[in-house]
Amino acid sequence: MTPFLLYALAGAALCSIGLFGFILISHLLRKLLAFNLMGSGVFLVMVGLAQHRSGPDPVPQALVLTGIVVAIAATALAVVLIRRYYHLSGKTSLEDPAQNPPPAPGPRQAREAPHE
Amino acid sequence: MTEWSLDILLVIALLVTATSVLWSRDLFRGVVFFIAFGLLMALAWVRLRAPDVALAEAAIGAGLTGVLLLDAARHLSNDESQGEDGKEKKP
Amino acid sequence: MTRVLAILTVTAVCFAFLSGLVYSIWQIGATTTPVDLPALLAGNLDDSGVENPVTAVLLNFRSYDTLLEIGVLVIAGIAGISVAKTSSLEDPELRTSDELLYALQRWLVPLTLLLAGYLLWAGSDRPGGAFQAGAVLAASGVLMRLGGIPMDFLRPGLMLRLGLSLGFSVFLLVAVASALSGSRFLAYPPEMARTLIVAIETVLTLSIAMVLLALFVSAPINNAEEPEEGGS
Repeated sequence: MTPFLLYALAGAALCSIGLFGFILISHLLRKLLAFNLMGSGVFLVMVGLAQHRSGPDPVPQALVLTGIVVAIAATALAVVLIRRYYHLSGKTSLEDPAQNPPPAPGPRQAREAPHE
Repeated sequence: MTEWSLDILLVIALLVTATSVLWSRDLFRGVVFFIAFGLLMALAWVRLRAPDVALAEAAIGAGLTGVLLLDAARHLSNDESQGEDGKEKKP
Repeated sequence: MTRVLAILTVTAVCFAFLSGLVYSIWQIGATTTPVDLPALLAGNLDDSGVENPVTAVLLNFRSYDTLLEIGVLVIAGIAGISVAKTSSLEDPELRTSDELLYALQRWLVPLTLLLAGYLLWAGSDRPGGAFQAGAVLAASGVLMRLGGIPMDFLRPGLMLRLGLSLGFSVFLLVAVASALSGSRFLAYPPEMARTLIVAIETVLTLSIAMVLLALFVSAPINNAEEPEEGGS
């Protein structure tokens, strides 16, 4: 057992925590955070497991480096979409419209109402 | 043994901050814990002897994600409980 | 009741996921590798044109990954800009300004620009490179934005398009040129490898910073629309 393997196992635990939160939490921004935690867990597993077998290894490190940059771009895009969704619907969680009463008017609809 | 204890402490801190990100009281706290998580990840990369990744993670995890998510959390956080009373949000 | 049941189910699923993952990690960790990748890399490092192994992997041995990755970034940036409802990313009304931040960033922005330049320059023989430099450059752009410094290159037009697509197009151009000149796609001629890698890294830095900055700037829809809603 090397310290590298410890980090790989911690990555597995992070993945599970992220998955648990991703399924259970309804707030979209927290879902996004949970998804990011899962991503970090995957990066740790990749580098930790590869380095456990053969010492410091630049190949998975380079892949993780591109992965981190893609992850921040995806996160930023998701934030844009979430804020847009909140702006249009006034909700911060995805819910089944069949089960719930129609949502309260969002910031946009609430402002537009007097004009109509 | 000392280096093992450092690794174990770092892993425990990572898991604790990860849990706090998801189940802290309000969204702002969650985002701040996420920034802390990013910095701890940078430390973990240093321990994994990946200085390139550590640099990228420090710049991105602490700098860019922090600003982006804090800004978003400020706008979204007031109706975290149910997500239905967003219209009372103060701009 | 259903809520408790759901939580129990999800807990069971996640626990099964965790134990499966830990078991397979343990099994994979116990086996030995048939091929020694780090040794292979160290043996071929001299041919790559740079001394930092991570940069060599990113821009020479696995440059196809990096090419596709910058493509993904450009697409994400375009998607973010098109979702943003503001007509221009640079609008005087969108700027916040804070006296303290303004005073602070007169010191910080030159330093971060310098740091980005150093990281780019250092990338060929020690830790650093296009991705880190791009992130730091984007961070300094965000700082300028928050402090209210006008950034005219974010207006829709030639500069924005060029900044977004420069990295991808130069990378693709080099790849196609190397394919046309007889060797394979993305196989640099050995005597020019270092020059080409440094050139590609420079444009990649600019493009990555531009994409991240555009995504950051297109986020605040709420601020932008609240004053004049009826017009859109």
